[in-house]
Amino acid sequence: MARTMAAKIWDEHVVAARDGEPDLLYVDLHLVHEVTSPQAFEGLRLTKRRVRRPDLTIATMDHDVPTVGGRAAADELAERQMSALEENCRREGIRLFGMGNARQGIVHVIGPELGLTQPGLLIVCGDSHTSTHGALGALAFGIGTSEVEHVLATQCLRQRRPPTMAVTVEGPLPVGVTAKDVALGIIARIGVEGGRGHVLEYRGSTIRGLSMEGRMTVCNMTIESGARAGVIAPDDTTFAYLRGREYAPAGDQWDQAVDRWRRLTSDRDATFDREVSIDAGRLEPYVTWGTNPGQSVPVSGSVPAPSTETDERALQYMALEPGTAIEAIAIDRVFIGSCTNARMEDLRVAASVVRGHRVHPKVRAMVVPGSASVKRQAEAEGLDALFREAGFEWRDAGCSMCLGMNPDILGPGERCASTSNRNFEGRQGRGGRTHLVSPPMAAAAAIAGHLVDVREFN
Amino acid sequence: MEPFTRVTGILAPLDRVNVDTDQIIPKQFLKRIERTGFGPFLFYDWRQNGDFILDRPAYLGASVLVTGANFGCGSSREHAPWSLLEAGFRVVIAPSFGDIFKSNSFRCGLLPVELPEAAVRTLIDRALQEPGMEITIDLESTQITIPQRGGGPGWGVRFSIDSFFRECLLNGWDEVALTLRHETEIARYEAARSTELPAIA
Repeated sequence: MARTMAAKIWDEHVVAARDGEPDLLYVDLHLVHEVTSPQAFEGLRLTKRRVRRPDLTIATMDHDVPTVGGRAAADELAERQMSALEENCRREGIRLFGMGNARQGIVHVIGPELGLTQPGLLIVCGDSHTSTHGALGALAFGIGTSEVEHVLATQCLRQRRPPTMAVTVEGPLPVGVTAKDVALGIIARIGVEGGRGHVLEYRGSTIRGLSMEGRMTVCNMTIESGARAGVIAPDDTTFAYLRGREYAPAGDQWDQAVDRWRRLTSDRDATFDREVSIDAGRLEPYVTWGTNPGQSVPVSGSVPAPSTETDERALQYMALEPGTAIEAIAIDRVFIGSCTNARMEDLRVAASVVRGHRVHPKVRAMVVPGSASVKRQAEAEGLDALFREAGFEWRDAGCSMCLGMNPDILGPGERCASTSNRNFEGRQGRGGRTHLVSPPMAAAAAIAGHLVDVREFN
Repeated sequence: MEPFTRVTGILAPLDRVNVDTDQIIPKQFLKRIERTGFGPFLFYDWRQNGDFILDRPAYLGASVLVTGANFGCGSSREHAPWSLLEAGFRVVIAPSFGDIFKSNSFRCGLLPVELPEAAVRTLIDRALQEPGMEITIDLESTQITIPQRGGGPGWGVRFSIDSFFRECLLNGWDEVALTLRHETEIARYEAARSTELPAIA
């Protein structure tokens, strides 16, 4: 029977299937970080269990870490979480890329970067943006701490088979429209609940035409439609990205792996539970105006009139009047970072907008690379100097102001153009107001001092 | 996990949709390494703004929350159901839940009940009109009932729920222990698993 890619990977990982019970699936790679793991390790200790496969588990520090001043700048509680992770990894023999390690970074940036994320793998992490790894053709789920404990103890995950949705995007991307806009456009179309529980398979010429990093941005935002995972069929772009990376197969194993990976593609006559088609030619650079990622409009538009109580509350929180041109919205802060948009291409495109300009005097702007490796590469290319000279702060790698668990937060009432993934109330700091945009749009806003159409910005 | 069979308690309404886990427990409270200590910070930012509905005297001590669609969307933080449990809630009723939140809730002993929009609307309206009203959720019979009392009429509805998690909750089973009963199958899978797959060690 014809199968989707998600079904092929699922079937490959079934350890046990019983009528009426969720399937028991084998996990190939378990990514661990400091915030959602301590209680899971504690659970193991209380039940006298050990980590079954430390060799399939890897840990990093990203959520809490200060991005300036090193570990000494961490508050007491963050330090306690980092120390706990170190202790837990030491006791269980888990490889940890902690603060100061050359491979440290946001968990969803380092997985692909190290070549750990590979097509056909089943990957989990105690973080909702685990969907990112689907860009390489892996089936990747965000899980909670109880499931983290379950995976640590058993290397298995118990889940019901999810329904599938094909999201087909066709056509060339208009100038100024990025992978981030594809993601925001999809969420605006299907809604923040539109993908709930599904595995989304992104396909079509637009998706195939995206770089590997662009695909990661699209898959990263999958969770914002409520979906369980997002996948993209591996192709030559995927293989070119992976080849030569530290944990990628090498030699004869490489060719065998590529043969295996090519067979993962959904069968031609495979059927999906739902299908959505999007014309890339109609996409624009988007800006969110509200407090969920589905509340967006093209930058050329204006703040919409509220149609629900939810909209009204969002407008009130965001302190916006319906009818205001998006480009008339002044900003205080700019954040270029996060697992959505802090890879090399993101920094390069932002830098290309910044070159020859200065950050607006009323704006505080920062660039937080997604990993220590991205930081090194950007510095080798001189991007750090370019950003600094333009007035940006150049930081160390971490999740930073995407969720504000470290000192990088918005003050009450501060308005931010952010390349991150969530504009929830208080997400970037209590009372802070977030507008989600692409990296070039964030860079342009930093210079203009207000949201601005990057297509008309020079 | 404590077995969950039947809960009778005050029904508290939160008439909002898309309540994300950042609202349920803001990130500044995720730095604990213990599994407890989150209850006081449930809906912290909203509470700070004053006149938050769950702080009204009639809803204090509530054990059932009824709310809008897509409750618990966003971050995977299990601290969200932990904080609800610690604040005294045993059941959340909504038309739909964030996928990971629902999974987390089942696994830590908070019962997520999905009801049709109309039934949820009825419950929200009644909880608003008859503050302090009690409701019973029986997991064994998958039945929700409001007894007839005072001015309000009796009301009842059946709900459907994942059969596996219902069993787990009714019995208070440890899911890891259940999985470890499949040791033979896990070991067989591991033996057959390709050695070409990445390993970190």
